[in-house]
Amino acid sequence: MEFVFTEEQQMIGETAKAFFVENATSERTRKAMAADGIDRDLWTSFCTELGLAGIAMPEAHGGAGLGQVEFAMLAEHAGAQVAALPLLGLAMASQAIAAGGTDAQKAKWLPELAAGTIAACAGTDALSVDGNMLSGTFELVAHGDAAQVFVLGNDMGAWIVTRDAPGVSVKTHTTMDQTRPYATVALNAAQGEPLADGAKAMQAAREAGWICVAAEALGGAQQALDRTVGYAKERVQFGRAIGSFQAYKHRLADMMIEIEQARSAVYWAACAVDEQSPEAPLALHAAKSFAADTFFKCAGDMIQLHGGIGFTWEHDAHLFFKRARAIQSMLGNGNWHREQVATMILGEAA
Amino acid sequence: MKLGFSPADEDFRRECADWLNGQMAGEFKDIKGISTLTEKAERRKEWEQQLAAHKWSCIGWPEAWGGRDATLAQQVIFAEEYARAGVPGRVNHIGVELAGPTLLAFGTEEQKKRFLPGIAAGQTIFCQGFSEPGAGSDLASVRTKARLEGNEWVVNGQKIWTSLAHISDWIFVVSRSEEGSKGPKGLTFLMMEIDQPGIEIRPIKQINGDAEFNETFFTDAKCPADSLIGAVGEGWKIAMGLLAFERGVSTLGQQMGFRNELNEIIAAAKANGAANDPLIRQRLAKAEIGLQLMRYGALRMLSNTDHSKIDGAALTYKIQWASWRRSLGELAMDVLGQGAEITDSETYEWSILPNLFLYSRADTIYGGTNQIQRNLIAERGLGMPREPRGDV
Repeated sequence: MEFVFTEEQQMIGETAKAFFVENATSERTRKAMAADGIDRDLWTSFCTELGLAGIAMPEAHGGAGLGQVEFAMLAEHAGAQVAALPLLGLAMASQAIAAGGTDAQKAKWLPELAAGTIAACAGTDALSVDGNMLSGTFELVAHGDAAQVFVLGNDMGAWIVTRDAPGVSVKTHTTMDQTRPYATVALNAAQGEPLADGAKAMQAAREAGWICVAAEALGGAQQALDRTVGYAKERVQFGRAIGSFQAYKHRLADMMIEIEQARSAVYWAACAVDEQSPEAPLALHAAKSFAADTFFKCAGDMIQLHGGIGFTWEHDAHLFFKRARAIQSMLGNGNWHREQVATMILGEAA
Repeated sequence: MKLGFSPADEDFRRECADWLNGQMAGEFKDIKGISTLTEKAERRKEWEQQLAAHKWSCIGWPEAWGGRDATLAQQVIFAEEYARAGVPGRVNHIGVELAGPTLLAFGTEEQKKRFLPGIAAGQTIFCQGFSEPGAGSDLASVRTKARLEGNEWVVNGQKIWTSLAHISDWIFVVSRSEEGSKGPKGLTFLMMEIDQPGIEIRPIKQINGDAEFNETFFTDAKCPADSLIGAVGEGWKIAMGLLAFERGVSTLGQQMGFRNELNEIIAAAKANGAANDPLIRQRLAKAEIGLQLMRYGALRMLSNTDHSKIDGAALTYKIQWASWRRSLGELAMDVLGQGAEITDSETYEWSILPNLFLYSRADTIYGGTNQIQRNLIAERGLGMPREPRGDV
């Protein structure tokens, strides 16, 4: 039992942090926001120069063979810069294939994902399946318009569908969080490649998705606090730095109190999944709900504590705020995750 | 990063659990499940000695001083199994967790020899003389005076909120030894024997009807000249060093007590149907998540060996658990309903959950109020300007 990063993990964290701070600048992110929500150059550097996209994929298939803890570190530092990257699709699609694919499917798809093929993952219960021909509509697919490959399914099965397959149509939506625009993906007798164990694949996708967005939320929350702390030191009113006012200090302290718990939650969940601990389901629901709420609180406070400038388009506060709100709603909202925890400790409600 | 325990640790867990469960089913059956610090105090002093007789009283201490040099994982395990077995809180918590480590860090060899064996043996019970009527949040403004007369320190003044002073043998006292000094300067840290004519203890009745805290009066109270820890005038440094030990492994044992309380609420909610109320379900889930995050926060804090940087988990820990527990008390009352307003006892005594509701109002006050905690977090953790001092 040692709940701290190893030296190797610290190095990964430092590398990722330096990379995102230097490259995922506000200017570049805003350029991506005006397009399809992906900074292509950043993604290419991340996947090919740093070779980090395969960090949690098996070594046999070109990955680094590390786990969710290391992936969470990447997502944390990407989230801290609100980087416009298809990390969520990578996390979900690659873990779905790693968990539910045949060896041949892993050998074919994992190296492609590690090399930067953009993926999106979504589920729907209303899917009709005729052989390997799929028909149905998937709503709110994150980065759906940019995706080159989809992992789609439900508890009955999971399929890999390529964007260019006949019968696939994608309609993108103007989305509040422009760093992760949603699309509607409609299949009309589109050819799918079934994964060997669809239920297992979709379960792994959900877990990886929860960890990814929880870790992004942790990074975003910490950054919202750090930037607000910086502002508190430089902004002067009534002849003193506004950070010297107790009403202001205490709100910063409250942000830190939540963030420290979110940090415990995210790495508890990632570690529990890596160690296949029986606590993993509890940890995942805790992490997703707690980290998302923490991020939203901190991003909201970031706007409030910056005053008027925080409400402008020019300031980055709204990028954090919108990302936080999107994370709260996606992949099960806080009430849903807490109800799962309630069911674990109380049983089903009568 | 690793959460699992090794097979050897799991063996150790079984050893702890077997011994503790055996004691709670046998000779010390009568103290099992006691949730206040004051009930059956004499029996609980005997329990301290029983722990010592089997080398369980201070497992984290060095072997040379009666400990086991236990690893972090072992200390975590013992704290968890201790509470899981329903063993009541340690009446010598202050001796084992605060006075002992302070002596080990700052005491002379002679002082270690004088005090540590008694603490380890469960024979010497300690209490803490820090707060005063005029020195609460502003601890450095203590006025209790100490002056050296020949071979003795002579102490005059008053301490307050001295938890368990009425059953303790020794008290450590932060006193002002330099006439006219102010704030953290000019303070000296003294160890004083309580059983003497110059020290008087008066209990303070609390809102839950119990009296765990006391006022302690010093009227020409005396201790030998070599009773100070550190040097004359270094009292603040020693006191702050001592408070750092408060965030040690014992926090995990404290958390297991919280676990028992939450489990009681869960059982009550299942029994009376509150468990079907969606709002109660959300609150219980939040309480469960909060408790788990406290556990993992504590494990982060205890695993951390890099003390060159501010440890956010440690800095935010006090306000986190205190606020969590206060909410838990409120949740308990909502789950129990109006019936929780009455007690079966003929006196003003409360079962575990109503008592939790009342007692937890103290948690957000003692050991640094939530407001002082927020100041500390903002100033030490985030580098915000310090609160200005007044001159009233």
